[in-house]
Amino acid sequence: MRFMLLQNYGPVESDCPPMPEWSPADIKAHIDFQHALNSELLERGELVDAQGLAGPEQARRVVSDGTGAPVITDGPFPEAKELLAGYRLVDVDTPARAIEIAAQASAAPGPDGMPIRQPIEVRQVLSAPDPEL
Amino acid sequence: MTAGATTTEGLLRELAPRALGAVARRSGDFAAAEDAVQEALLAAATRWPADGTPDNPLGWLIRVAARRLTDEYRSEEARRRREVLAASWSLTAPAGPAPGEDDTGRDDSLILMFMCCHPSLTPGSAIPLTLRAVGGLTTREIAAAFLVPEPTMAQRVSRAKATLKASGEPFTLPPPDQRAGRLRSVLHVLYLLFNEGYASSGGPDLARSDLSGEAIRLARGLHASLPADPEVTGLLALMVLTDARRPARTGPGGELIPLAVQDRSRWDRALITEGITLITGALRQGQPGEYQIQAAIAAVHDQAPSHAGTDWAQILSLYGWLERRTGNPMVTLNRAVAEAMVAGPAAGLARLEGVRARLGGHHRFHAVRGHLLEMAGDGAGAASEFRAAAAGTANLRERHYLTAKAASLPPGRTGDAG
Repeated sequence: MRFMLLQNYGPVESDCPPMPEWSPADIKAHIDFQHALNSELLERGELVDAQGLAGPEQARRVVSDGTGAPVITDGPFPEAKELLAGYRLVDVDTPARAIEIAAQASAAPGPDGMPIRQPIEVRQVLSAPDPEL
Repeated sequence: MTAGATTTEGLLRELAPRALGAVARRSGDFAAAEDAVQEALLAAATRWPADGTPDNPLGWLIRVAARRLTDEYRSEEARRRREVLAASWSLTAPAGPAPGEDDTGRDDSLILMFMCCHPSLTPGSAIPLTLRAVGGLTTREIAAAFLVPEPTMAQRVSRAKATLKASGEPFTLPPPDQRAGRLRSVLHVLYLLFNEGYASSGGPDLARSDLSGEAIRLARGLHASLPADPEVTGLLALMVLTDARRPARTGPGGELIPLAVQDRSRWDRALITEGITLITGALRQGQPGEYQIQAAIAAVHDQAPSHAGTDWAQILSLYGWLERRTGNPMVTLNRAVAEAMVAGPAAGLARLEGVRARLGGHHRFHAVRGHLLEMAGDGAGAASEFRAAAAGTANLRERHYLTAKAASLPPGRTGDAG
């Protein structure tokens, strides 16, 4: 079964400052952690995809009625904190395993290696139907 | 693809488990043998169509794989790995053929099947390993079928082999006292593989429907090895009888068409005949099991001229048997549908109440209750159940179907869902 593990730009549950205020060594440790987690998931045969998204400043919102020119709004938007920052798509044996990975991702290191307690949203990917419908 | 390539591919897939059986038995090292044979198959797939198929294709594959294995053992890094490996295998595994087995590998596919569906593996690992080792598929093909990147699938396969190695499973048939239990694992894995493909057949997931064909092919192989086992025959019959309905099961846009309204003229008569012959023979042995009974139910559906003209009384009694045997509340859901067809929706709804405590939150419970309420003429109640079912399912096409079902009914008086 597949799960999308989502993280947005909202506040983390620790008191840590935004990443631009971290020391270069702490930023590197954080990025290394993300790479190591992806390698671990690949090595376990669970990783389908992992991506970070460009920031809210580059985001655009497009609305169209299908005929006229679309209405394009440039970011950042007022509700930027709810904007998706990145995701991992994993293929695992159980929902419990998806939670376990999310917990691991949530505890990514921040300043001085303290876990930042990033909220991770766990969403199951809809798949094909059961055969006996 | 040229005809030559197709022929080579078919031949290679036929020979894959026999080559692997021979190399694994000689080396006593299933994991390394499996890698070596996979490489030999890839080499053959490019060379045979160009150079012509060798006179002894099986011998060619075994020779090339054995050479790869030797090269692998010679490399320094591999030597260290082998020492660890030898330590773990020498305790349990005789390297030579077991008594009563020859080296041509008549039983090899069967041994491989038992290995790949070992109880220490999760189905998510056992299925790709079986497809590779017994089915002769490449990692790339398996990854494409399961929609994961190739390196991820490669890791899943190699971890599965590492787990097997740790279990100390020797390359022989399981001892007689364990065989029935181990066979259950094999049948379960093939059943899940079939469902994986069947559930996603049609529409944008078309490639995945090959998995059902793969499951049928493997089940045919298993049936050839164990023709006297009625549950093996039952599983093959179940697959064939279910697959016969595939052409009628999805609409042009990939949408689900439930059994009740399928165009039965599109069912595959040849498969139905084959399935009925298989299940009739199996049931005659007088040792009914879960797969045989499920196949019998599928056979009753396949022989019915219409949904209304189905022998629901027989289906009801077969579900009753399955329910007593398995205690599975999901079986009770199906039994309730049959009951409604035999004795009216009120009887089916009463039967459902018996599993409300255990299944009341499950989307299938709501879907079945929706159908029975619709039969009973309670459109509003049915729509509400279909909406609850749509919200609870993890399946996209099922959600579409259930949402459309709810929308087709009169507006609800309950109005508790959006």
